[in-house]
Amino acid sequence: MLEVKNLTKIYPGDVLALDNVSFTIEPGEFLAVIGLSGSGKSTLLRCINRLVEPTAGQVIWNGVDIVQASQDELLHIRRKIGMVFQNFNLVNRSKVITNVLSGRLGYVNPALSLINRFSSEDMEMARAQLARVGIPEQANKRADELSGGQQQRVGIARAMMQEPEIMLADEPVASLDPVLAHSIMSHLEDMNKNDGVMVICSLHFLDLVHRYASRAIALNEGKLMFDGPPKAIDDAKFREIYGQEAERVG
Amino acid sequence: MKTLRKNPIVRWLFIVGVIVVVIVVYAFGFSVTDVNFETTRDEVRLTQLTRILRALAHPDILEYEQIEQDVDLPFHLPCPPGGAPPISVDTRGAYIVVTPACAGPKETVSIEGFKFLPNTAGPVNFLTQSGAKLQLGSFKTDSRGSFSIKGKLPNRQPIEEAQTIRATARQNVGAPRISRTGNLVFEKIVETVFLALLATTFGAILAIPLSFLAAQNLMSDIRSPLTSVSLTLLGWPIGIWLGGAIAIQIGRLAESISGETAFVTGGVALGTLAIGLASVSTLPRQMERFSKVSARLVRGLGYGLAGLAAIATANLVAHMMLLVGDALIEPLGALGFFGNFVYQLGDSLRMLTPAFAALIVGGVLGSLGGRVGQQASDQLDSRTVRIINLSVAALAGAALFALIGAAIDWFYQVLDPTITFVIPATLGAIGGALLTLRVEPRQPLPLGYWVYFALRTLFNGIRSVEPLVMVIVFVVWVGIGPFAGVVALALHTVAALGKLFSEQVENIALGPLEAVRATGANRAQVIKFAVVPQIVPPYISFLMYRWDINVRFSTIIGFAGGGGIGFLLQQNIRLLDYRSASAAMLAIAIVVSSMDYISSAIRRRFV
Repeated sequence: MLEVKNLTKIYPGDVLALDNVSFTIEPGEFLAVIGLSGSGKSTLLRCINRLVEPTAGQVIWNGVDIVQASQDELLHIRRKIGMVFQNFNLVNRSKVITNVLSGRLGYVNPALSLINRFSSEDMEMARAQLARVGIPEQANKRADELSGGQQQRVGIARAMMQEPEIMLADEPVASLDPVLAHSIMSHLEDMNKNDGVMVICSLHFLDLVHRYASRAIALNEGKLMFDGPPKAIDDAKFREIYGQEAERVG
Repeated sequence: MKTLRKNPIVRWLFIVGVIVVVIVVYAFGFSVTDVNFETTRDEVRLTQLTRILRALAHPDILEYEQIEQDVDLPFHLPCPPGGAPPISVDTRGAYIVVTPACAGPKETVSIEGFKFLPNTAGPVNFLTQSGAKLQLGSFKTDSRGSFSIKGKLPNRQPIEEAQTIRATARQNVGAPRISRTGNLVFEKIVETVFLALLATTFGAILAIPLSFLAAQNLMSDIRSPLTSVSLTLLGWPIGIWLGGAIAIQIGRLAESISGETAFVTGGVALGTLAIGLASVSTLPRQMERFSKVSARLVRGLGYGLAGLAAIATANLVAHMMLLVGDALIEPLGALGFFGNFVYQLGDSLRMLTPAFAALIVGGVLGSLGGRVGQQASDQLDSRTVRIINLSVAALAGAALFALIGAAIDWFYQVLDPTITFVIPATLGAIGGALLTLRVEPRQPLPLGYWVYFALRTLFNGIRSVEPLVMVIVFVVWVGIGPFAGVVALALHTVAALGKLFSEQVENIALGPLEAVRATGANRAQVIKFAVVPQIVPPYISFLMYRWDINVRFSTIIGFAGGGGIGFLLQQNIRLLDYRSASAAMLAIAIVVSSMDYISSAIRRRFV
């Protein structure tokens, strides 16, 4: 169970990105985070694995407050939290297999990893993950030679190398076309259904939310506006989340 | 201002004012820089200019074997009373005729030559009684072997005896060959290119690690509480002293057995084995971060032993290289420089081992202090942390200021411990204590930013001193020659590349960094997997660019005694030997332009 309590983030310059946000996620849930651009979705996800340091509040996971964890503990916690990004965030000049293997860095011997030595089990695992996302033949290409959809699959394979218990997905399909979007979302769904990974995914399109999420929360200017099943987002709720002038698309 | 400019009168006044200022600035500039076009038309200067330009156009690279043919004619300067005595000229061979047969100083005579070898050239000289040669002119024979030139007689003291006018015909024979100057220039330009190569290499080896420490984006999130910062500050100097002292002791031990080849060889083998065993025993298959204290202690001990074995082995390897290198120089003959290379590498290994050991132990103790401080700060309550801070911060401040005091003492030789030790240490302790009271006990301090700032300041300071100036110091240290140039250029390269490299690190895409950090990778892993792949192309590009700059610089660093072709160039200019200087300049031009081409070709391939 992941418990977010009174989470607040103020960026330098008094920009309030998260305002006292609290919610709870049970294991096995697929949680969609919706809201306008700049509503604090990315900040929320990054506060969970502390890529962004929260200003106040708690993120309690398995009884441990991630916010208070020491640097060493944090690395240990992070390796169980996978993350995929809107812009894929692959290292372009590295090979695909190297990008995937980098998902294993929290587990391997640090000294050996610095001279690029990975165990044969890790190599096999990396190939298996690439096969699972359907691009086993691309392993030795440079990451930037791949198409957008393929790059996001590498991103998912990298996250799966962590054998994560939580998967954070920051608008994973915002830079992809609708067909690719469903293919990427189905990989997340697969992890959620078959491996029991808790998925927290920020999304723009409500049809994707309806199709994949078991629950949704909505943010507006850093405030939690909604927490419930996706079906419960009716037109009135929608306007509340996205503003009075908003119209539904898709 | 904008509304004012719309007023036409104000605008005109503004323009007139600007013009006046520009005129004044340039007028003053002309006066300060002694602009004087009269000198450019001066006849004497123009003659000299012509001579130099012609010499420069004839670089002394090739020469021919020459045969010379001297033809003499007695000549009276000035005419004796009663006119010149008749001379019998042997007209069977080459001969010259001067009309008039005698003349006064500064008069012009015509000199004709006959029956010389066709198409030869040479000077016509006036030989004084003492044997000095004064050139009257130069000639070139036609296809029949004749010539006719005019020459102005020198202004000499009148003497009665006949002096001599001599025409020297020179003819090239055989194929051209590289002149002595040409050989020397070649030798020196090779030296120059390698000087630049070594300076760039040494500079880059230091600049690459430093550039990470001088990159703001990597350093700014390194923050530590005061306890940690203070203990780090205390750990470094103690570690440096400890590491250096241990390494020097081990070095002495190694030295004492270095006479016996068998001991050295056996020692290297044993040492390698020891390092291997000690490090393997400390590497668990799966890294476990939360191991027990006892396990950590065992591992620490293992690393320590491995370190000691490494120092001993490095020393023995150094001695082995000294022995092998020395032994190789003779039998290799022309390839003896390989032997010298091995010898010098061994010597530098022996010299650098204590330095590395000091830095590594310093780093280990520094980061150990940092960790202990961080944990103390995390786990103890605020009041205890503050009390601990008060003592360690005061101690760290005292240590820091005492070290600065020691540095001042070394430079200025104050030799008064009250001024160089007691007062700074007290001030530092007070400063540290005050800092404790100023900041919250657990407040993270921007340690990374301080390191970044200090390094950037250092880089800018070093970079602002031209290598031409630096080399003066190094010439004193390692003597006149290319090695001084290498050291000076390398130092400048460290600063310049350190800055350029760190700016490249600051320009990388942050997305991949974030992604790798999210996997639970530690700082070193993030750098290896997210930073390094992104900076390889710009690093290579700047490295080539720097090599290019260093080649250009090494051509003049010899002016200050730094070796390379500059030394030769300066010598030739001082000796007014413009043809040799021209050969050196030509060589520089060829090397610099081909370097420019090569480096841009390599850069294009990588970027």
